Amino acid sequence: MLDFLKYTLDNGLDVIVHEDHRCPIAAVNLWYHVGSKNERPGRTGLAHLFEHLMFEGSAHHDSGYFAPLQKAGASLNGSTNCDRTNYWEVVPTNALELALWLESDRLGYLLPALTSAKFENQREVVLNERRQSYENRPYGLALMALMSALFPSDHPYHWTTIGHAEDIRAATLEDAHAFFQTYYHPGNASLTVAGDVDTEPVLELVRRHFEEIPAGSPVPAVVTGAESQRNPTPAAVDTRLLLEDRVELPRLYLAWRSPRLFSDGDADMDLLAELLAGGKTSRLYRTLVYERRLATDVSAAQGSREIDGWFCLIATAAPGIELMELEQVIVEELAALADTGPSEAELQRGLTQVEVQFVYRLQTVGGFNGRSDQLNAYNVYAGDPGFMARDRARYRSTTAERVRGAVRQLHEPGRIALSVVPDGAVERALPGSRPAVVS
Amino acid sequence: MTGRVDRSHMPEPGRVPPTRFPVVRTGRLSNGLALKTVEHPGPPVVTFRLTMPVGSASDPEHAHGLAALTADLLDEGSIERTALELHAALDRIGARLGTEVGADSTSVTLTTVVRHALQGAGLLAEIVGKPRFDASDVGRVRDLRRSRVRQLRAVSSAVADRIFLGTLFPGHPYGHLGIGTDTSLASLTPAQVTAFHRDAYQLELATLIGVGALTHEEIGDVAERTFGALPVRPPAAEAVVAPAVLDAAGPPSARLVLVDRPAAVQSELRVGHVAVARATPDYHALQVLNVVLGGQFVSRLNQRLREEKGYTYGVRTGFDYRRAPGPFAMQGSVQADATVECVQEVLSQMAVIGGDCPVTLAELEMARAALTRGFAQGFETAGQVARGVASLVLHELPASYYDTFVPEVEAVDVDDVTAAAAAHLRAGEAVAVIVGPADQLMSDLPALGLGDPVRVDP
Repeated sequence: MLDFLKYTLDNGLDVIVHEDHRCPIAAVNLWYHVGSKNERPGRTGLAHLFEHLMFEGSAHHDSGYFAPLQKAGASLNGSTNCDRTNYWEVVPTNALELALWLESDRLGYLLPALTSAKFENQREVVLNERRQSYENRPYGLALMALMSALFPSDHPYHWTTIGHAEDIRAATLEDAHAFFQTYYHPGNASLTVAGDVDTEPVLELVRRHFEEIPAGSPVPAVVTGAESQRNPTPAAVDTRLLLEDRVELPRLYLAWRSPRLFSDGDADMDLLAELLAGGKTSRLYRTLVYERRLATDVSAAQGSREIDGWFCLIATAAPGIELMELEQVIVEELAALADTGPSEAELQRGLTQVEVQFVYRLQTVGGFNGRSDQLNAYNVYAGDPGFMARDRARYRSTTAERVRGAVRQLHEPGRIALSVVPDGAVERALPGSRPAVVS
Repeated sequence: MTGRVDRSHMPEPGRVPPTRFPVVRTGRLSNGLALKTVEHPGPPVVTFRLTMPVGSASDPEHAHGLAALTADLLDEGSIERTALELHAALDRIGARLGTEVGADSTSVTLTTVVRHALQGAGLLAEIVGKPRFDASDVGRVRDLRRSRVRQLRAVSSAVADRIFLGTLFPGHPYGHLGIGTDTSLASLTPAQVTAFHRDAYQLELATLIGVGALTHEEIGDVAERTFGALPVRPPAAEAVVAPAVLDAAGPPSARLVLVDRPAAVQSELRVGHVAVARATPDYHALQVLNVVLGGQFVSRLNQRLREEKGYTYGVRTGFDYRRAPGPFAMQGSVQADATVECVQEVLSQMAVIGGDCPVTLAELEMARAALTRGFAQGFETAGQVARGVASLVLHELPASYYDTFVPEVEAVDVDDVTAAAAAHLRAGEAVAVIVGPADQLMSDLPALGLGDPVRVDP
């Protein structure tokens, strides 16, 4: 579906080139196979804090990373999740060499320029990011409560990527140096260059900038604690939690452990989310929002991650409606779908949505979720940048019976129900809920 | 083997590849509807965008939210189909439907794969031209929007936006958010929605824009078969705001407004004033000015407040260019104990850039380059191109606008920027809206010199 060439340098760096000559731009996209799952309790948030430090200059350009690129007309950004950290630039083609020079300099020569002044400044910025995007945002702490309830305390998905504020405060410059030495080396990275470029000259440029960077030691295995290893399947109990927050309307989160990325059943769960809450004709939207007007919104998602997954349903109560009513309708709808499975028309609707999403995803070469990001994702998670065809095939091969099997898994014990209620309205949570611990 | 790279110098980018905005073909359908088409090779995707110069500024005085409610109801069923039947039809072709209601315009956009172009455009015509507006649907969607307004009271940034506009534009058509208020929404009736649609959704001033992996002729043929038989009439006078009314923004209702958010860990800030209309001859100089002041990561304000002080995840500034003068605003969320210092810094930077500390040559070159060299990537997708064409239409810009943008920006010099700042940034008249923990902030606010704060509920 996407033409590309993959080449691995002697130092282990995977290089992927994808040509598309319609627009005179080049996309540089660099994945490091490290995320918050590689952190240890007590130092959560370090992978993301480290991402910030990558924009503060390196040995041969010891000032802000943004300035030379914005001057060249680039857009650029980076992001961290539980499994990986990605960095990208989209530049006019004449600035491709500049982008590769800068990316290679911060991979090869970051530490000499990484001072405590930069570290302390970005730690404050990250604490302010946490305040803005989580603490001071309605429902902003819900995901933390869910993750810590779904996964045991020694599971790498027990904490969210932003991390605990006290861990961010406790992080040291030495932690950052050690993190870089452990995870930021060519063998743990995947570089895609896409756009109005020619493959051979790009490979030449990449070799010239990246070949000199020494291969690092193999990355240590992700630490999954004894509890998680002893108990890799979901805890066989349902849990009810509540969180008071500065919100106007109560919201219900229902979450389950689910298949990990690309594993058996993952695509079925993804399709199930579409059938339940994708668009106005979906089962839950139609019932909860359109017909019975119990909810103001409803959504569903299969969180396909590298070492585990979770499935989540979210619905906000309409004024005057209690979460118990939402829960009851959702349970009934899940039971009905488990009973009869989806209709043929319903399944076709879901598959059409998935199909067009693969097409819409092809529209940009760079940035988050652009083609270069997808090639790296497939390379890092499936070992093959060309995995897209097989990714699509997973959905094409699904059946009504498989979707029925997926929804039946939601009836197994291990469900987390989180009620987020307005401050002081504890009685509006599902009965029997205990306070969730978040910080 | 390959030689090692020279790390003593960063590579200097060579000549920027020439880039042109794609050719926009302009015509009319047999009924007179204006049509603009763009051939956009690539993934098999097509976007149709119908854009009309009527937006939330046309909300009647006691019916704020009417334009946006009407737009929201377009896909809740047509004369021919119920809401669920309509959405089933959209889903069958994998279409993505979007409505955008700005102060001055409304756009309804449908994107689909090219093999469904005809069905997609047909559905768009049905949605825009023949909405159902059943009383029951109007009541349901109105209630959803009232719930949304209620939810937004807990969102600092939404509170700040609403209070800022209301303070800058008291009694003016730009003084409210498109969504309206709980009180105004509660009073809206199905008859008002039907009347607003009849008055405003007329096609004489509308433009249909089609962009996709098809030829001009193919897009035009699809447009003719779907929109070509609709009546083309002018919008009613009631739906069009007289330019004289829009141009008559008075003074702000306050200089300093404080919205209490008890124990909040950050303050949400808006600092600015009514500035300029899109038609200003200083447009390009102001774009350069804004990039230097707060329009990108490497700007004076973000460097100072984020990269030096660590007070915020990021701040930015922008001119909201409208048909009549719209707001200039700095916006951001800053840690609560740095609130006053941040507002002072913004006011100070607004003042000095037009006087004591004009843009340097290096800043000028950086800003011009950022605006011109990144030009091509803004028009990569059919949706982006359609949006760009809609902007030309709304602001009555010449077809050559995007091709002259780069030379126009490159011609801006330091004196132009300083003069534009002196003429259009007025720190001494700026309004500050703060949504934060009042008990922590009150004692420090007098240092701002903006007088006693006006206290407002969220």
